[in-house]
Amino acid sequence: MALELNHVTKKFGEFTAVDNLSLAIGEGTMYGFLGANGAGKTTTFRMILGLLNPTEGRITWKGKPIDYGTSHKIGYLPEERGLYPKMKVEEQLIFLGKLRGMHRLDAKAAIREWLDRFEVPHYLNKKVEELSKGNQQKIQVIAALMHKPELVILDEPFSGLDPVNVEILKSAVKNVRDQGATIVFSSHRMDHVEELCEQLSIVHKGQQIVEGSLRDVKRSFGRQNVSIRSDHDLTRLQSVPGVRNASYALNGAVFQVTDDETAHKLLQEALKAGPVRHFSIEEPSLQDIFIAKVGNEHA
Amino acid sequence: MRDFWIIFKQAFMSKAKSKTFLITTAVVIAGIFLLANITTIIEAFDDGEEKSKAIPVVTDNEAVVDRLAQQLAAMGEEAEFKVTGDLRGALEDQLKEGEIESFLILQVPDGHSIEAEYVSESSEMFGFPMMLQEALQSMQTEMRAEEMELAPEQAGALFEPVGFEQTTVSASGKTEEEMNQARILVYVLMFLIYFAVIMYSNMIATEVATEKSSRVMEILISSVSPVKHMFAKVLGIGTLGLVQMLLFGITGYLAIRSSSSVSDLSESFFSEMGLGDIPATTIIYAIVFFVLGYFLYAVLAALLGSLVSRTEDVASLITPLTLIIVVAFIIAATGLSTPDAAFVTYSSFVPFFAPLVMFLRVGLLDLPWWEPALAIGLMVLTIAVLGWFGARVYKGGVLMYGPSRSLKDLKKAMQLGKE
Repeated sequence: MALELNHVTKKFGEFTAVDNLSLAIGEGTMYGFLGANGAGKTTTFRMILGLLNPTEGRITWKGKPIDYGTSHKIGYLPEERGLYPKMKVEEQLIFLGKLRGMHRLDAKAAIREWLDRFEVPHYLNKKVEELSKGNQQKIQVIAALMHKPELVILDEPFSGLDPVNVEILKSAVKNVRDQGATIVFSSHRMDHVEELCEQLSIVHKGQQIVEGSLRDVKRSFGRQNVSIRSDHDLTRLQSVPGVRNASYALNGAVFQVTDDETAHKLLQEALKAGPVRHFSIEEPSLQDIFIAKVGNEHA
Repeated sequence: MRDFWIIFKQAFMSKAKSKTFLITTAVVIAGIFLLANITTIIEAFDDGEEKSKAIPVVTDNEAVVDRLAQQLAAMGEEAEFKVTGDLRGALEDQLKEGEIESFLILQVPDGHSIEAEYVSESSEMFGFPMMLQEALQSMQTEMRAEEMELAPEQAGALFEPVGFEQTTVSASGKTEEEMNQARILVYVLMFLIYFAVIMYSNMIATEVATEKSSRVMEILISSVSPVKHMFAKVLGIGTLGLVQMLLFGITGYLAIRSSSSVSDLSESFFSEMGLGDIPATTIIYAIVFFVLGYFLYAVLAALLGSLVSRTEDVASLITPLTLIIVVAFIIAATGLSTPDAAFVTYSSFVPFFAPLVMFLRVGLLDLPWWEPALAIGLMVLTIAVLGWFGARVYKGGVLMYGPSRSLKDLKKAMQLGKE
């Protein structure tokens, strides 16, 4: 495992921001780190970066603790824009690139390449404050990725971007992953996580409530949606054992079930009532899982 | 170490290239040249409308007027008089219209007493009337002596000046004249130190707060440790300050030397400033106290800057710091006339006051070597302690966001820095 968090706890005085968090992220993996606002994501990232020390537990990168000696192997995109507003794009990126161990000329070449990829080569000599929020985010992403880091930490990388730019950024991130980098990112957008991440983890109030591969997480969630469309009355089906929840519409119903068998049973019962025009078993979306896990506690 | 220099260079260059810095430096340099050549400039403007320098005199005794001119010449004052038949009223009108600067009414009613009235538009030329009075006084004394028919030796004996000499036995061991020279030099340097310390520590605090509020700080300290970042920043801006002061110093020197059209003035300026033979130690002490004073306040400013989240809050948090410098300056300014007063002596060892007050004392007095050494040692120690403490606060402070604008946040930041 490339990045390992071993029973990491972080307390600020009485307040526990991160509680006994364990993660193991393989090299070249794209890892989704989900949580509501204030769940402890940023604190966890800051601990990974070495800006904060864990109260308990250990964080290692390839078996070694992360410190300023390894910082040039890490790329970091903070949640909020972190750029000098008055500095020109090129000057700024050269400065940040040099801080990550790049040489001036390499940095220059990388900046041009990245600006081309993001289709904004004309921003080279503009001040950051002149750019729109979305375009500033592109510059921020370049700052995080230009030095070809082995470990990339992206805190809400897609916020503030329009759909076209989200696609450009996604492909850039995938590209970096394909070159062997390990990427950890947080997002509120479950569809992005579903699309990009093989592994994920959901934290809530500092505690990890879900962890594993996307498929396992969905399987172990233990709920599927069965959607049936029929012109006949389906209310009877609610009493089938294994149905957890039902919601009715004019032309059918959606049942929440825990296993495939119940789903088949529902189909049989529906056919008894009359012809069925549509039947499907849907995997829960990450959105459903997130709301179920995190939202329950809110309620 | 590489990242240290990257930050150092960035702090130095971004400020050095900034418009504010370039304009301020240019304006001050231009000001220095202007000031050094002020007499040339004034003369250049004066040429067009030269007034007649001869002072009209209304008199009943023209011989006395000649004698007055001679007497003044003997006293080193060039004055030209012209006897006029105009009446007082007419002369006053001329005065009001600016045709003449002044006039004199001189009468010798009984041959041995002089009555005079000097009328000028304003009292700004107060030096000349005093000379005039002095000259007339001695003329009258001479006239009386002649009337009494005193022998020349007797008259000479009357006019013999007293043997008067001023010496001081204060700790300075410097004569009053030397003191005055030192005072001007010390005052100028003291003002520079005061000004620079305020300006550059403010610059640091604003820099740090800007980096924090733009959140670029988070990226910086994920590649460089906060402590390294802080000291690179402080050193970078400090170097900029030294360069700027050096520029001012060199231009000031060149400006005065090059204003050759008034070479005699610049000569007198140099000797008056004590610059003819600048005491090298004073300059060295000035640099030492500038550097140490800067560090002391810059480290504090950096840690205060790390506490605020918005640049607008810098001013309110830095005010106490500025007040300390102002107090130091007031003590030092008072000490200019009484450098051996007890409160000056004691406060010169307080690290926050030492850059100005101890500098004043070494500049004006002959101190035993251990006194400045002790003050410097105390300052270095304080800087070390503040640096250690500041680094702690800084480490936490830069990660702290929220409405922090009070010193209470110090503790919070310390806590966070430890964690």
